[in-house]
Amino acid sequence: MNSDDRSFPEKRAGPFPEPPLSFTDREGRDVEVRAYEEGDEEALVEMYVDFDPADRAQGIPPALESRVHDWVDTLVEGLNVIAWHGDEVAGHATLVPDGDEAWELAIFVHQTYQRAGIGSKLIRALLGHGKDNGIEKVWLTVERWNRAAVSLYEDVGFETASSESFELEMVLRI
Amino acid sequence: MKVLLGIGGSDDSFTALEETLERATAAGDDLTIGIVENPESERTPEEVRNRVDEELADVELGVDVRTLSGDPGSELLDVAEREGFDQIVLGGGQRSPMGKIKLGHIAEFVLLNSHVTVKLVRES
Repeated sequence: MNSDDRSFPEKRAGPFPEPPLSFTDREGRDVEVRAYEEGDEEALVEMYVDFDPADRAQGIPPALESRVHDWVDTLVEGLNVIAWHGDEVAGHATLVPDGDEAWELAIFVHQTYQRAGIGSKLIRALLGHGKDNGIEKVWLTVERWNRAAVSLYEDVGFETASSESFELEMVLRI
Repeated sequence: MKVLLGIGGSDDSFTALEETLERATAAGDDLTIGIVENPESERTPEEVRNRVDEELADVELGVDVRTLSGDPGSELLDVAEREGFDQIVLGGGQRSPMGKIKLGHIAEFVLLNSHVTVKLVRES
């Protein structure tokens, strides 16, 4: 589907904070969310190589390490924020241009760091970073049974645009 | 094996076409191609037909090519079940800009409703 066919809400969501931001997660770990910088790629690949296969969705992250490298290369062409615990990547959120003035969003939290409130900070920091870089239209798809993800997206203001297939399509204006 | 390939004109359906022709040539499958109208594709059935004919010109294979009208998913299932096909082959979905796989509506419908084995072909 092209974003030509996609309609975005009139009303802007937000405001969202811009990275960097620091917080203590629900497990008492100090976490810092920063915009992606050159040199972060290796730590990012490391998180994805170690990613629980059960947490994969819609074919990503790829299972093979060689494919993870290529995939991360594609993502870092877009806008990215990373949640760091020390020098370890706890989570990553990304906006990839769709070539049609809108951006596709995805967020991943490593299994060690899930259910600790990191995703919620990470997605807000990404949206703040996106807005700061002139992005307005954001969309994503999510498997309809992934309730945790769907409610995270709704919390930041995403609306369901289409629910006819296995995946929901959700849209946001920032 | 009696194989029914459904093509609606999306890029992944042409990937399925190429793979299926290769496999049918090697294995001697009895291949039928059903051209359907995919509302998700911008290509018309005529354009799809031309593309299929071009690909068929390159192989030595007798293939029955039909244009199926009506609801694409249910037409494919009807033909497959009525005529005793062993397998339905479809494109395995398109990738979003960040690489998420999204199945087409026809594939979703056929997967959920088919009594015949379904094969989805994905670009490697």
